[in-house]
Amino acid sequence: MADYETLVELAEEAGEPQAGTTRRMTLNMGPQHPSTHGVLRIVLELDGETITKAVPEIGYLHTGIEKQCEVRTWQQVVPLTDRVDYLANLSNNLCYCLAVEKLLGLEVPPRAQFMRVMLTEITRINSHLVWLGTSALDVGAMSMFFYCFREREEILRLFEFFSGQRMMTSYFRIGGLALDAPRGWEKWIDKFLKVMPSRLDMFEGLLNENPIFKRRTQGVGFISLQDMLDLGVTGPMLRGAGLKVDARKDAPYSGYEKFDFDVPTRTENDVYARYLVRMAEMRESLKIIQQARDGMPGGPVTADAPKVVLPDREKMKTEMEALIYHFKIVTEGFRVPAGEVYQVVESPRGELGYYVVSDGTSKPYRVFMRTPSFGNLQALPTMFEGYPIADSIASLGSMDFVLGDTDR
Amino acid sequence: MIPETLLQDPVVSALTAQFPSAVQSAKLAYGETTLILDPAQIVDVCRFLKTEQNFIRLSSVTAVDWYPREPRFEVVYHLQSLEKNRWLRLKCPVSGEKPEIDSVYSVWRSADWYERETFDLFGITFRNHPNLKRIMMPEGWKGHPLRKDFPIHGYKYSYAEQQ
Repeated sequence: MADYETLVELAEEAGEPQAGTTRRMTLNMGPQHPSTHGVLRIVLELDGETITKAVPEIGYLHTGIEKQCEVRTWQQVVPLTDRVDYLANLSNNLCYCLAVEKLLGLEVPPRAQFMRVMLTEITRINSHLVWLGTSALDVGAMSMFFYCFREREEILRLFEFFSGQRMMTSYFRIGGLALDAPRGWEKWIDKFLKVMPSRLDMFEGLLNENPIFKRRTQGVGFISLQDMLDLGVTGPMLRGAGLKVDARKDAPYSGYEKFDFDVPTRTENDVYARYLVRMAEMRESLKIIQQARDGMPGGPVTADAPKVVLPDREKMKTEMEALIYHFKIVTEGFRVPAGEVYQVVESPRGELGYYVVSDGTSKPYRVFMRTPSFGNLQALPTMFEGYPIADSIASLGSMDFVLGDTDR
Repeated sequence: MIPETLLQDPVVSALTAQFPSAVQSAKLAYGETTLILDPAQIVDVCRFLKTEQNFIRLSSVTAVDWYPREPRFEVVYHLQSLEKNRWLRLKCPVSGEKPEIDSVYSVWRSADWYERETFDLFGITFRNHPNLKRIMMPEGWKGHPLRKDFPIHGYKYSYAEQQ
């Protein structure tokens, strides 16, 4: 985080105008700005309407989650991962659980895997809806915001039905799920699957051929594929430039190889292309949810590992061993063999990686979160510099970052 | 020491042929390849891996503090090759007394913020980094929070006590 001095420094660098030249202006955008979607500060240097320099400042939401992980037991870290990216909480839960399960050598039963895939895809739609609403609002399409948040409300109610919580669900646990889906969940999913495609049609009907939206987004926010790869950009931004990368296909996890879906790409590499990619992704997610709902296997939702997974409440009343395991897990936690794992999943924003190191005790030695927003935001100066300030708002929206995810 | 199974790996064998003294040891665990490198050669090795072996993406740079063990820090790099569809982890031991290592910014520009973050939270200096400043913590902050000897609550409980 920089301070006032950065601004002064930049202004001094710009200096007094020479005869016949223009004077550059330094403008402070954020940290409280409606279109930065959080607390991001950008120091802009302007030559007339054109941005000549952009310096993003992050860290306003740094909460030290990685440090906090080190003083909690393995299972207690799960609720912290929710709070990293609060729009894609289940993707974070999933990534952390998969990493620890890899270290433990746990095999999660198929029902839990399918549930995880289904709910993570609903999370993707949830996150994309918020992105669609807010970034359309940034370029002036206000009604989109209301429509998108109406659909999102349905999804949050669905999450509440499954887990008891609207946003910070912590529904995935090491070894499976917190609890089995409540009775009648198929009806909720069916209703969602029935409504959602027509709503997506409506959104596309409102925006796809909208002349104002097209003028604001087409040919805006260009950044070359070479730059993106070099700067660590991932996710829909790469796919909007025609590169077919998706961790769900390249390194399938949690049984994604059993599902039939496409990875949508576009080649235009502008804000409009990223919009089309995300809309197509939502439809692909609906396909996955349908397949998961139809092919949902029966059986348990937690792995057969009494030392890791909390025992059934009823068993605890009759079996002594179950009571002992319960006591051990709750007081001390379980030990994870020493080792290190880097697990990558495809979050709605791009590549989400958890680097988990264990030293053989009941607490993680180190948890590093490679979050997609942090990587994507690095490309901001390259995307901004040399383009008009009015375009910057549209490009910023197309990056789809969450500041909690950036600062951790 | 490099295990037999990894010597047959085309990437590892090409690397050891080019830089015989760079790879101090290697291991294959949970399907992930880890190479422990000589920190003095990190930039050359990275440039070789990027240009010759197509590891065009640097996914992340971070560190692990093994206090009070010496060498205290491990700087960890995760690389990805899209063409080969594989991952590689590089680790460099760095001493606790003078934690310094060369920056790989000249190879991948994505190292910029990751190295700044590692500098901020662990206090490891990256030589030749273009803009090595704190990124998460305020500029006047003392100490490096992710070090193991930094208390979880910080050094002070309230600003009132500090006054």
